Amino acid sequence: MIRSRLLAGAALAAVATLSLTACATDAEPTAAGGVDASTATSLADFGTLADLEEAAKAEGALNVIALPRDWANYGEIIDLFAERYPEITITEASPDASSAEEIQAAENLRGQDTAPDVFDLGLAVALTSTDYFAPYKVERWDDIPDALKEESGLFVGDYGGYMAVGYDPDAVPAPESLDDLLGEEYRGKVAINGDPTQAGAAFAAVGMATVQNGGDLDDFQAGIDFFEELNAAGNFVKIDPTPATVASGETPVVFDWDYLNNGYAAELDGQRNWEVVVFEGTGYAGYYNQAINVDAPNPAAARLWMEFLYSPEVQNLWLKGGARPVLEQAMVEAGEIDEALYAALPEAPADTVVPSAEQSDAAATLLGERWATAVQ
Amino acid sequence: MSSSTVVTPAVEPRSATAPRGSTRPVRPRRTRGAAAWGVAPFALYIALFLALPTGIALATGFVDEEGAFTLDTIAALGDPFVLSGFGTSIALSAFTAVVGALLGALVSYAIVAARPEGMLRSVIDAASGVLAQFGGVMLAFAFIATIGIQGGVTVLLRDLAGIDIFADGVWLYESPGLILPYVYFQVPLMIIVFLPALESLKPQWAEASATLGGTTATFWWRIGIPVLWPSFLGSLLLLFANAFSSYATAAALTSQGQSIVPLQIRAALTSETLLGRENLAGALALGMIVVMVVVMTLYALLQRRADRWRR
Repeated sequence: MIRSRLLAGAALAAVATLSLTACATDAEPTAAGGVDASTATSLADFGTLADLEEAAKAEGALNVIALPRDWANYGEIIDLFAERYPEITITEASPDASSAEEIQAAENLRGQDTAPDVFDLGLAVALTSTDYFAPYKVERWDDIPDALKEESGLFVGDYGGYMAVGYDPDAVPAPESLDDLLGEEYRGKVAINGDPTQAGAAFAAVGMATVQNGGDLDDFQAGIDFFEELNAAGNFVKIDPTPATVASGETPVVFDWDYLNNGYAAELDGQRNWEVVVFEGTGYAGYYNQAINVDAPNPAAARLWMEFLYSPEVQNLWLKGGARPVLEQAMVEAGEIDEALYAALPEAPADTVVPSAEQSDAAATLLGERWATAVQ
Repeated sequence: MSSSTVVTPAVEPRSATAPRGSTRPVRPRRTRGAAAWGVAPFALYIALFLALPTGIALATGFVDEEGAFTLDTIAALGDPFVLSGFGTSIALSAFTAVVGALLGALVSYAIVAARPEGMLRSVIDAASGVLAQFGGVMLAFAFIATIGIQGGVTVLLRDLAGIDIFADGVWLYESPGLILPYVYFQVPLMIIVFLPALESLKPQWAEASATLGGTTATFWWRIGIPVLWPSFLGSLLLLFANAFSSYATAAALTSQGQSIVPLQIRAALTSETLLGRENLAGALALGMIVVMVVVMTLYALLQRRADRWRR
């Protein structure tokens, strides 16, 4: 490690002197052989994509963590990577881990071959874990909206969606607003994906209820009040929804990201009908974030994974999973988006809100104090 | 600390043919050194898998994120949310321990007269051994499949009798819903630990009581209960500890509200919305250990008391 750093430093110094002495010639940085992948911040540090692929194949491994195969079509994305780079063995650890557990894994496995190379994180964890990230800007960096990336490249939004309500049209009437869910016919049928004091998706469900219930993101109390009412009506069922609980009919109504709800629909095609609705009015959106582990055991493969994810083809695979890829706007303009898939996304609401870091913190604190008693 | 801490008192088999006044078998004499060597593997095991993790868990409660000494996390134990967690945990454990102990004692009383090698005893012994360890996700799923929203029994009751057990909300997935599964593993554990104590009631005592004109009630009031109460209370404490440290059953059944302390520890460690509370987990673990130490100390004292009648 240290030796390669020194080498890279020496190489850099050599390049610098070269370019100083021979200004006229463009000094091409040496390909894979002389590059320290762990400090590379963009494709240019390797040379071309082919050079990066070469370096990644030389490592021959990639460790990903917390990527459920039925989450935003990750299964197909991982399979495509494996098919394209058969020389690189992908290890998928703890598909159902939380964002916080991804960072713990990096901490606990530091310096080992099994440590995660890349992370896929909720915003709250990404903001507080920047010490664990290596800055890297993918080739399409400039096409990513400023609001969805950390300016130095430590982490970057990858895909997102709207908080939506999925329901089984054979078990319940179609809900058109939050208030509908308080009705008699939803008794013991409404679930949210996890506990909002623990899981990002559940937290977003309360956020969505907040803005739909006349509150704003500065104060999640309106959302907590809604779930308190839902619980008092006997409608709130405290089960973590999974495709299995949807299939068995235990959770006929589920608050979850629209792409996950679409995933249920796709997975249960033929077993259960599953409709997804994003309520009119203000929509609550959230993006997940991609980052590279600063101590990645396979730094080149990690960076190749990033370039792979931010290629139009793979962005369209997220779209296929019902998620909105971060390059959405740029791809629409460049004509790279898959029109059929794009048209199939649920109607986006008139207004969209995304909580800021401060709002998230305040809401998390409030939930920690009041959630448990509200839904007891 | 789980049910693996159960220490079943060794009971000498009562042999009907043993001559009266037969002495215990003579143990081969061993030197102290050999005994110490013999216990070394176990001591090492305990040190590695009990003492060390406990020490680490406790230490994390006293440091902040930078690793500096702090009492803030310990102070956080006074937080109303945490206190209510301990309250719920203790109430749930105590309630299921009492119910489990009473039911288990009744079952033990019912079968203690059966022939030790008979069919009834063998079946109940075997079933208790299995069911006392039948916890966690398996047990949670068994209940979900039986009396869950789409469980077999639920659907039968709804379709045949028109009874909706979840008319007032789905209680199985909330704190009250933990009582049934907990009692389910408490009863067999009670049978395992209490049956030997019941067996230690010598028939000669009953005979002596009857000879002196005592009724059954006299026997229980004057002999049975005084002899058995330390064992009963000890078993009760063991059941309490068993429920207090249970995690997997609750984790699989309840997803909201983190009502009991083990679930609060999970939340502090894995939450992706409330961050930087890993050290609170250490403080919560400390709180749990304090409760467990008190319970196990009382248990040890009661065991000593109970052993008087087993010699």
